[in-house]
Amino acid sequence: MTESATEILTIQPWVVQAFCAAIFFIGLTGVLIRRNILVILMCVELMLNAVNLSFVAYADQLQDLGGQMAVFFIITVAAAESAVGLGLVIAMFRTLRSVDTDEIRLLKE
Amino acid sequence: MSISPVAFYLFGGLAIAFALMVVLKKNPVSSAFSLVMVFFAFAGIYAILNAHLIAALQILVYAGAIMVLFVFVIMLLNADEPSFDMRRAHPAIRLISAVACFALLGFFVWAHKRSGAGGAPLGVFTKEAVVASGGNSKVISQLMFSKYILPFELTSILLLAAIVGAVAIAKRKLSDSK
Repeated sequence: MTESATEILTIQPWVVQAFCAAIFFIGLTGVLIRRNILVILMCVELMLNAVNLSFVAYADQLQDLGGQMAVFFIITVAAAESAVGLGLVIAMFRTLRSVDTDEIRLLKE
Repeated sequence: MSISPVAFYLFGGLAIAFALMVVLKKNPVSSAFSLVMVFFAFAGIYAILNAHLIAALQILVYAGAIMVLFVFVIMLLNADEPSFDMRRAHPAIRLISAVACFALLGFFVWAHKRSGAGGAPLGVFTKEAVVASGGNSKVISQLMFSKYILPFELTSILLLAAIVGAVAIAKRKLSDSK
C-alpha cells in the first residue's frame, strides 16, 4: 500500500511534459481565438514559457544542463521578440488607430 | 523525478488557471497581470526542478522587463479607444480552434507516453555533482563561458539588431513630425 502511495505521489516525468503541453496549447488557443494583437503577443510569450519549462524538466530528468542553457537563449530571443513585436504594435496602431487584427486588410497604407 | 508533488500541483494549478485567464479575460490589462502570475508560478516550478538561476531570471526578465514593456504599450495605446472592446472570432471558429488545440494536446501526451521519450543516456550533472561543484548558478556560468561561448556572444548581435529594429520600426517617420 505504501508502495502504491509513493508511486502516486511521485511526479512522473510525463506529467511535467503534459503540463508544459497544456500551457503551450492554451497559448496556441489564445493566438487562434483572440483578435487583440497585444493579447496575441502575450499568448506567444505563454507558449515560449511552456517550451522553456519543457527544456528545464528534461534537463532535470536527463541530468544534463544543456537544457537550462537553451532556456537562457530562448529568454534572450523572447525579450528581443517582444521588443520588436511591441514596436510593430505601436506602428500598427499609428496607421490603423486599432489593435484589432481583423483591421489589417491592406498590404500598403 | 524527485520533486515535491504538493509544490508542483500548487504551482501547476496556479499556472493553468492564470493562463486560462490570459486567454479568456476581455481586458488586456487583466490579461497582462494574469500573465505576470503565470510567470511567477513558472519561477516556482523552475525552483523545484533545481533550476535556481533560471527561476531568478524568469522573475527578473519576464515579470520585470517584458511585462513592464507590455503594460507600458497598453498605456501608450490609450485603452479607452473603442477598438479595445475586444471583438473576438466567430463562435464556431473559436470552438473549432479550442477543440482542435485540445485534441492535439491529448494526442501529444499520448504520443509522448507511448514513445518512452527521455530514454537518452543520463548526463554527468547529477544533483549531488552540481551541489559539490558550487551550485546551479556557478555550474551554469562555467558552461556558458566555455562550451556555449559562441551562442552567448552571438546573443549580443541579436540584441543589437533587436534594439535597432525596434527603434526603427516604432519611431515616427520624419515627414510626420513636420
